[in-house]
Amino acid sequence: MRWLREHLVLLLGLAVLAYTFIPIAVVVLMSFNDPATRNVYRFDGFTLDNWLNPCEDPAMCEALGLSLRVGLSSTLAATVIGTLAAFALVRWDFFGRSTSNLVIFLPMAAPEIVLGSSLLALFVQAGFAGQLGFWTIFIAHVMFCLSFVVVTVRSRLAGMDDNLEQAAQDLYATPSQTFWRVTFPLVLPGILGAALLSFSLSFDDFIITNLNSGNDTTFPMYVWSVARVGVPMQVNVVGTLMLVISLAIVLGGEANARRRMRAVRG
Amino acid sequence: MATVEPTADPLPASAESGRRRGPGAYLLMAPAVIWLALFFLIPFYSLLATSLYDPSGSDEAGWEMTYHIGNYATALSRYWDSLAWSLFYGAAATAICLVLGYVVAYAIAFKAGRWKNLLLVLVIAPFFTSFLVRTLSWQLILADNGWVVNTLQFIGILGEDGHLLATPFAVVAGLAYNFLPFMVLPLFASIDKIDHRLIEASSDLYANPVVGFFKVTWPLSLPGVVSGTLLTFIPAAGDYINAQLLGNTNTTVIGTVIQLQATAANQPHLAAALSMTLMLIILAMVVVYIRRAGTEDLL
Repeated sequence: MRWLREHLVLLLGLAVLAYTFIPIAVVVLMSFNDPATRNVYRFDGFTLDNWLNPCEDPAMCEALGLSLRVGLSSTLAATVIGTLAAFALVRWDFFGRSTSNLVIFLPMAAPEIVLGSSLLALFVQAGFAGQLGFWTIFIAHVMFCLSFVVVTVRSRLAGMDDNLEQAAQDLYATPSQTFWRVTFPLVLPGILGAALLSFSLSFDDFIITNLNSGNDTTFPMYVWSVARVGVPMQVNVVGTLMLVISLAIVLGGEANARRRMRAVRG
Repeated sequence: MATVEPTADPLPASAESGRRRGPGAYLLMAPAVIWLALFFLIPFYSLLATSLYDPSGSDEAGWEMTYHIGNYATALSRYWDSLAWSLFYGAAATAICLVLGYVVAYAIAFKAGRWKNLLLVLVIAPFFTSFLVRTLSWQLILADNGWVVNTLQFIGILGEDGHLLATPFAVVAGLAYNFLPFMVLPLFASIDKIDHRLIEASSDLYANPVVGFFKVTWPLSLPGVVSGTLLTFIPAAGDYINAQLLGNTNTTVIGTVIQLQATAANQPHLAAALSMTLMLIILAMVVVYIRRAGTEDLL
């Protein structure tokens, strides 16, 4: 009884965590499903077919390809642009600094449907209504990923000990040596974290993309379009892979950080 | 509540004075500022302009600019119920997230010990699978012949012909599930910062754990409660994926209406008027909420 009282909060917390994994377990299970008919969605039998023929519906793999291209290019652009801005905001004092902070915060505080419809209004007024596609999706994704990159990199930079940089300068390192040998390696985990976040936001976005994509179809849009007629089990394969890959990256980073901490402590 | 002496500024003095001056900052800021000006600020102006277009002068007149405030009246009289459903779904999901999220954040911050980092990764792990795939998975779980409905019917909570899917309950459950990490992370950040000695002090002064929680822990976690609530409520009120995949056709949310009017129905002025209205309602609620919760310095 005493044990239960002491650990009640922890157990409740773990229970909630477990509950958030129920849908994930269903996704993983369904990736091995051998369905009797396409539109009855229940577990009928075990098979590896979905994993061996991921592109049974070529439309899905085409959509997946577009999502990967959009995700990689917008992540690259947002991470570079956002990292530069984060450095300016933490390290420099300039006119308009607090206004810039506010403008960078705002896209995170606006509902996606408003961001999406306002971009569409711009594209229509600028005469791009007929040319919606890769580039308009790219523009939108860089826009909403940018804020998250700035916030992530900025907090890493702000929490950094600047004694290390001063020590490097005391040891006669030039400003560029100090930056590339000390500052950049210390900020890198923050930048990589921001890039990972940015990629998953881009890969997952539906509402903004759906408004600004014209006839092009991303992976979430494909899932949406087949949701009513019956989802191919390969969608669950993609869901499972996304989970496994990102968990591997995050846990790998964590393990790497721990190993380095141990190496530093000796 | 006793006032706690501020021990340190959020930014140490050295960081404040160590800032460089000069034109370099403008070079670093320029790409981000230009991108956000072109594709975030100017679009809002386009949205405002579109919301005021006179629909009678639309396509054939080549979108000639004539102002027409009546779009707002038309949009609101036709779709006020969708707006109300969106705000209700958002508020209900946020309330559930706050309760569940607080338990998770508190457990991880105070009780997890060396498993803290691992548990934090587990909080965001479900977020890595596609939002739509997860929502479809809920559809399967809550389906009429699924084990949840069967169990509830067996226990007798749900009637023989009762169902969960295609009800407001399923929408709220889906939203609360999908946005839980947005609540847990800010809550964790502020609970984790609380000094344990303050809680010990309250128990030394004969406060029982419940009183200690409401007089010490809860007030100190308010910044996290405020930002978590906003981060959950705003996207939940604008979402239409859950409402459309888990709800029924009687209750349309505002996101669905905006999406349809902007694209399929080709009524961009109505979509724009509804977007502006949603934005203004949310903005007003945020201001009032932050005032009442007493953390004006949050933004």
